[in-house]
Amino acid sequence: MELFTHLNIGLDAVFTLSNLGYCFLGVLLGTLIGVLPGLGPVATIAMLLPVTYGLPPLSALIMLSGIYYGAQYGGSTTAILVNLPGESSSVVTCLDGYAMARQGRAGAALGVAALGSFFAGTVATLVIAAAAAPLAELALKFGPAEYFSLMLLGLIAAVVLAQGDVFKAVAMVVLGLVFGLVGTDVNSGVERFTFGIPELADGISFVVLSMGIFGIAEIIVNLERVEHRDVFAARVGSLLPNREDMRLSWKPVLRGTALGSLLGILPGGGAVLSSFSSYTLEKRLAADPARFGKGAIEGVAGPEAANNAGAQTSFIPLLVMGLPSNAVMALMVGAMMIHGIVPGPQVMTERPALFWGLIVSMWIGNLFLVLLNMPLIGLWTRLLKVPYRLLYPVILLFCCVGVYSVNNSAFEVGLTLFFGVLGYLFVKIRCEPAPLLLGFVLGPMMEENLRRAMLLARGDISVFVTRPISLTLLIAAALLLCLLAWPRARRTRDLAFQE
Amino acid sequence: MPLSFFKHQDAAAGSLFLLTGLTIVVGAHDYPLGSAMRMGAGYFPLLLGGFLAALGAIVLLRAVSPQRRHRIERLMFKPVLLIGAGVLSFAGLLASIGLAAATCLLVSIAGAAHHEFRWRELLLLSLSLALFGAGVFIWGLGLPLPLLPA
Repeated sequence: MELFTHLNIGLDAVFTLSNLGYCFLGVLLGTLIGVLPGLGPVATIAMLLPVTYGLPPLSALIMLSGIYYGAQYGGSTTAILVNLPGESSSVVTCLDGYAMARQGRAGAALGVAALGSFFAGTVATLVIAAAAAPLAELALKFGPAEYFSLMLLGLIAAVVLAQGDVFKAVAMVVLGLVFGLVGTDVNSGVERFTFGIPELADGISFVVLSMGIFGIAEIIVNLERVEHRDVFAARVGSLLPNREDMRLSWKPVLRGTALGSLLGILPGGGAVLSSFSSYTLEKRLAADPARFGKGAIEGVAGPEAANNAGAQTSFIPLLVMGLPSNAVMALMVGAMMIHGIVPGPQVMTERPALFWGLIVSMWIGNLFLVLLNMPLIGLWTRLLKVPYRLLYPVILLFCCVGVYSVNNSAFEVGLTLFFGVLGYLFVKIRCEPAPLLLGFVLGPMMEENLRRAMLLARGDISVFVTRPISLTLLIAAALLLCLLAWPRARRTRDLAFQE
Repeated sequence: MPLSFFKHQDAAAGSLFLLTGLTIVVGAHDYPLGSAMRMGAGYFPLLLGGFLAALGAIVLLRAVSPQRRHRIERLMFKPVLLIGAGVLSFAGLLASIGLAAATCLLVSIAGAAHHEFRWRELLLLSLSLALFGAGVFIWGLGLPLPLLPA
């Protein structure tokens, strides 16, 4: 079996003391930031990107991806115990998880969440391993026209499937593309929009933009909110779900895993969308929907499995095509570029140890998470009592040192601050920043592929519709846009995000 | 149009997009445009700028409708200013005063942005973070930063 050969390559690559160590460190950090409200995986990964310069590429990627799926686990702990979603993907877990905690069944909720996530993580790892090879083969047939259409589809999907106003989200994507223009044009060597500042000749650094918009802006937003956390951990209860809990949860876990694995692959998908859809689905399928919101264990099991599966399968478009489908994956592109790896279908054949090693590390990371989370829940709840006024200076210090150390440049720290303030303004005018980051990363690639495609087609724009794969992708993009125009689908979308 | 119109979320967002888009369109004229077959450095920016301006115009026009008028919540200047001052003094002085002192400066200025900060706590925090930073960033990660004033 080819699959097992591949997994074997991965196992060989991962089973070194240092790689296992970085995997453990990644999931530990991920859980930590997942538990702490106000610090998300995007900001953390951005913060740690510069730190990983010195590591071997595989170790760096293992650790950074561990942070992402680890955060899904940690986020559910806060949601259940404190009714605060540590991550946006665990918003729905608050509904029934916290209700269960109030009935003294916090332990069962945490247990089901952890076991469901582990199951989902295992399945998702296999999905990635099985889907990667055929998809990469397909991707190798892609020319510039196909890549351009695919990125267009990705950006449109990111907008349609995301929360909030569509026009503003599209505008944010385009604004991101515009920020991506800054710097020297690779084709002609012309410096664009650099305002004569030499530091901008290489473009706006990815670390600067993401750390500003997600790190510093988040701190400012958090500072104006008066927080109160009621830790509901008087009695966590047994962590092992009883027989009745198991009977109720196994089907939601299966459905959540399937849904999450599927939605994670979609551009613009990932953990958040998966958990929301799973909750809606479980509620619709339930014999007695009125139990939801009052401590129904299905409402914890389904979404928790779904968000973990989605978090993992969202690596597929990145690993196979080199296209990030959400903000975290956009950061992973940055991480790969830092280590001189150009994401794309060639990674699998040229660096098999890295590719399969990363995939296998996800399963090992999930195992660590279950082992880690069960005994450490007491520690996490105590950590929640650290007040924010002591926490944010630490985060800020990491941001500043991280940005400064990339080029020893004070200018870049200042630029980060600029993006931080800009990000704060975006929050105030209700513009989601995630599409901007996606546009920023895809911008240079899109321009490059557009220019190449047009050159090959001798300036004939019809190349995008005469090549079958490109046409299919464009039709898919058009269908997604039509979906928005269809009032009933739009209502369902708004409703799903409201719950 | 009264000025208070721009105190609404969509009106502000629309004008931001419209103005940025127009700036890009104007700025793109400084670069060679090329043709559809051989696109110059100005071609893609021109497309993007035009598209952004159009989107901004749509958002702005839509904002006229009374249902879409959500006032921008009050902007808090204190956190922005204090965090800004802390970050800028850290960045500007790091090379000359070293990581330890710059950390203390950053933590005590930015830390004062919280509505219930306490000076003694902040002092303690900045000292321990200066130690922590020296240990992790300089000793642990080996970043080429000066620890003490040059």
